[in-house]
Amino acid sequence: MEIKTPIVEIEHVNKSYHRGTRTIPVLVDITLDIGEGEFLALMGPSGSGKSTLLNLIAALDNVDSGLIRVGGIDITKLTETELAAWRSVNVGFIFQFYNLIPVLTAFENVELPLLLTGLSRGERRQHVELALQVVNLANRMDHYPGQLSGGEQQRVAIARAIVTDPTILVADEPTGDLDRVAAEEILELMDRLNLESHKTIIMVTHDPRAAKKAHTIRHLDKGILNNVHSQAAP
Amino acid sequence: MYILKLLLRNAFRHKLRTSLTILSITIAILAFGLLRTFISAWYAGAEASSASRLVTRNAISLIFPLPLSYKDKIRQVDGVKQFAWGTWFAGIYIDEKNFFANYAIDAKDYMALYPEFILPPDQKKAFLNDRKGFCAGRKLIERYHWKIGDTVILKGTIYPGNWEFVLRGIYHGRDESTDERLFFFHWDYLNETVKKTSPRRADQVGWYVVEVTDPNRAAEVAQAIDKTFKNSLAETLTETEKSFFLSFISMVGAIIVAIQLVSFVVIIIIIAVAANTMAMTARERIGEYAIFKTLGFRGWRIAGMIIGESLLLTMIGCLFGIALTPPAAKVFGKIVGTYFPTFRVEIETIYMDIGASILVGLCAAIIPTWRAVRIRIADGLRRIG
Repeated sequence: MEIKTPIVEIEHVNKSYHRGTRTIPVLVDITLDIGEGEFLALMGPSGSGKSTLLNLIAALDNVDSGLIRVGGIDITKLTETELAAWRSVNVGFIFQFYNLIPVLTAFENVELPLLLTGLSRGERRQHVELALQVVNLANRMDHYPGQLSGGEQQRVAIARAIVTDPTILVADEPTGDLDRVAAEEILELMDRLNLESHKTIIMVTHDPRAAKKAHTIRHLDKGILNNVHSQAAP
Repeated sequence: MYILKLLLRNAFRHKLRTSLTILSITIAILAFGLLRTFISAWYAGAEASSASRLVTRNAISLIFPLPLSYKDKIRQVDGVKQFAWGTWFAGIYIDEKNFFANYAIDAKDYMALYPEFILPPDQKKAFLNDRKGFCAGRKLIERYHWKIGDTVILKGTIYPGNWEFVLRGIYHGRDESTDERLFFFHWDYLNETVKKTSPRRADQVGWYVVEVTDPNRAAEVAQAIDKTFKNSLAETLTETEKSFFLSFISMVGAIIVAIQLVSFVVIIIIIAVAANTMAMTARERIGEYAIFKTLGFRGWRIAGMIIGESLLLTMIGCLFGIALTPPAAKVFGKIVGTYFPTFRVEIETIYMDIGASILVGLCAAIIPTWRAVRIRIADGLRRIG
């Protein structure tokens, strides 16, 4: 298998949650490299820590110990303010429940991350239209999330994730709330983003069919990362 | 623009809840505005008073009279430009519910002291020439539909009997704050009658109004007048017209304090109403705030959204409340108009409405903002789905 330059480097990461006086270890000594342009699937049973690991990579949560470097930057050393700025540029998020803002149209939802950039209104419009064309929703840009199907909403979410051209895309159960056909469309789209735009994608999933789209599958069990299970890209 | 659009759409996401909140704020601002107008109305007389006029009354109490003979000594006090006197008559027109202030005055000099009461020259002449004549303010005339030449009978309470007067003049106020509900008649008419019925009460006046040559010397002149009558049978207390009015207001000070307290309680109630709405809103949207944070929005931007929405709701309610206050004050003014020279919404009241609404908007948003800003992204995202 070809070894790509790691874009994400995780070294000896530990994470636990506290429930009252009890400390519950969630991730135990995780070490993992994710190559640039890789499509990685993280699998495992509920409570195995896969979403927690994804949150740590995307800087949505803090490690207890260890180091995470993304694009050469040790994100565990950044302050909350620096992390907010870093996320807005480097990470695109795709969630199971789409997480669109219901009072904003598809266009406005996709435009949201661009508000934090110095782009003019016209430039923002160009970027948003391009992102919506990529997900094949240019004709639905004035629709509100409530007027779109689940699959369409997830495509808007993907457009929002890619509109800033981030370093990595993180997806937490992106097909978990979709029917089979819509799920297949979303996976095809993600696959296309990976192959054509060379986006690094890290996806958490329960669904073996979704995981099949990934280049690499890693299994987590009780916070411990198991051996590599690689597969060729289709 | 984008943020304003977001605020507006968020604010009206729950139309019924938002409408009820705005309605509550509107009613509260209306109540607050009316209560403040009520308080302003109490002070309207004092605000309209002249800095160059002093009032000399009995030092014991206003209900005790002063001898008419004091006029000669007052005239001699240095700094006195002109003066007149008046007496509270307390007459009733037909029924006690028809209350209005009626005074017996030293007409010629009294009218000269009050240039804010504007009387047409022919009417003034007619009034001064008729000892049984009276003049009254425009609003009082309108209330009872009197016409020049009409005879009006007042039933005396302090001075018993039925007193007959003929309307000779209708004055209107020079300023908006001038009281146009007063009834003036000749003190000479009162005194002549009293001389016949109860001579011991004759040649006495309720107070003297003194105009000073220089308003800056008002305190000095007041002291000089009081010194003149020191150790006499009826010692005097001379004060500025404003202080004189304020001493009246102080008699009902407890009522005014109670009204002020109620007006602030109204504000506290709307803070609670708005805070409840904002707390519900923020709790429902905690997941969305986590999404904003995920996308890189910092805490202050999220705080801006919540505070902005809270201010938007309160300011919409405030605008409706402000718009409704003048018509409500007009209706209210008709009911209580007899007791106040003017009952109008002051610009200061509008400023207080706006200030109170901003305060409500900010206070209501404090706790929801604090919660939303502090929430960890992972915890917030977990609330979705």
